[in-house]
Amino acid sequence: MDIFLQQLINGLVLGSVYALVALGYTMVYGILELINFAHGEITMMGAMVSLAVIGALALAAPGLPGVLVLGAGLAVAIPVCMALGLLIERVAYRPLRHAPRLAPLITAIGVSIILQNIAMLIWGKQYIPFPAILPQGRHEILGASISDTQIAILVLAVLIMMTLILVVQKTRLGRAMRATAQSRQVASLMGVDVNRVIASTFVIGSALAAVAGVMVSAYYGLAHYYMGFLLGLKAFSAAVLGGIGNLGGAMLGGLLLGLIESFGAGYIGDLTGGFLGSHYQDVFAFFVLIAVLVFRPSGLLGARVVERA
Amino acid sequence: MNALLTVSGVSKAFGGLQALSDISLQVHRGEIFGLIGPNGAGKTTLFNAFTGLYTIDRGEIRLNTTRLNGQKPHQVLQAGLARTFQNIRLFAEMTALENVLVGRHARTTSGVVGAVLRLPGTRHEEADSRERAHALLHRMGLAQHAHRLARNLSYGDQRRLEIARALATEPSLLALDEPAAGMNPNERAGLRELLLQLQADGLTLLLIEHDVKLVMGLCTRLAVLDYGVKIAEGTPDVVSRDPKVIAAYLGDEAL
Repeated sequence: MDIFLQQLINGLVLGSVYALVALGYTMVYGILELINFAHGEITMMGAMVSLAVIGALALAAPGLPGVLVLGAGLAVAIPVCMALGLLIERVAYRPLRHAPRLAPLITAIGVSIILQNIAMLIWGKQYIPFPAILPQGRHEILGASISDTQIAILVLAVLIMMTLILVVQKTRLGRAMRATAQSRQVASLMGVDVNRVIASTFVIGSALAAVAGVMVSAYYGLAHYYMGFLLGLKAFSAAVLGGIGNLGGAMLGGLLLGLIESFGAGYIGDLTGGFLGSHYQDVFAFFVLIAVLVFRPSGLLGARVVERA
Repeated sequence: MNALLTVSGVSKAFGGLQALSDISLQVHRGEIFGLIGPNGAGKTTLFNAFTGLYTIDRGEIRLNTTRLNGQKPHQVLQAGLARTFQNIRLFAEMTALENVLVGRHARTTSGVVGAVLRLPGTRHEEADSRERAHALLHRMGLAQHAHRLARNLSYGDQRRLEIARALATEPSLLALDEPAAGMNPNERAGLRELLLQLQADGLTLLLIEHDVKLVMGLCTRLAVLDYGVKIAEGTPDVVSRDPKVIAAYLGDEAL
């Protein structure tokens, strides 16, 4: 029972991070029908930039409370990633808005390779440890344990997702985004500056990715120039699982994928008699991706691509 | 100067097809101006040129003193020209109220930060937009459908919702592309009433319509297009007696 609960907690925490990244994929897809494969690298950049700030601050002012240092890291990483998202959209995607769909996909891959290499040039190839600045408290619940970091990740992720839903459902920009997703042309004829809405979508998605990047590096205690690749693929799988283009789907898909991975890693040893170990964790995301594409390509909450005006 | 919309020498070709040839016309403030012509005469092409969907090859389009050609669609709308569509193009997956609220986009400014922090300016603007949107829905007889998805509304309601959405943008010129298409005689009579009311409120209307009876009875003046050329312009009386118009459009039976 306690293993079950433990994996449940781990899965939810991991899943909420996947959900934040998946939202970035799904928002951009909803509006442009474009898979922004550079999104994982934006997450990586968020992690790297925040770690650089945190590392510098921990050296310069060792007495500062950890939460404050982390906040400073986020406060730098978020705008950097937002600017990066804006730049990528402007340089790599907007000029190809009317090109065949394969073209922006290729620039997306190009951009992610560029970002990886920039990160490698700046921070090197080694794993960068996350300094031990956060409270290391652990809490026992029914035989399972949850750390302060995990609690913070869960709470923050839920808050961000609730805010995003409110923004999309209830605000002027959110309505413009949904209108643009349904018909770019009609939205522009009704006074929506479509290019601005698209740019805003990239900016918001990139901000979420920055936060997710910081969460991942705090959770695993390290960051790496290549970390965005696998994380991005998993979050993309989560978005497809939920139904790409659908916000609720990305959240559900992210949480489900986190749970599947966590339970898979927890029980795979027992189920295969010790033949496969928990390091096969990464396999599950792609099993899920294949299964979804074979059995339900529109995802659990199915994006309604067909119903565009 | 009485002209609200001034079109001078507008031409547009698609490949070898001359869709519009040297079209000039003026829509005066406060009138209902009709644009008629057989299928393929270039009426919708001209509409698309007005609203920034097509770039024109030659000529100039002005609304008041603002040049419209060369502007993006959202800038044209900002300048005061709103339109509806021949085949209804609502945001099907949004509610009737939200459709009208999208129309408020160009007349509002608040951003995400204000919305998330619930700043007073943003809340005030949003409340004002909702109030106006509800008033428009009420006026179009759609008040009870405010929270239904646009795609679930009846055909006539969808047509009226498109007009409500266009009115929400506070246009000085409202361009309607075949608003009576597919309406039954009852709905047509209602539409006629509505357009006359809008005119009485000081709005200028530009109307593409196939229903000759509706156009003749409603429009202050009209222009007739045929094969991309303007063959007549004037009051319904004058136009309906023009031999070129009769030959091109009204057919022999009108004689």
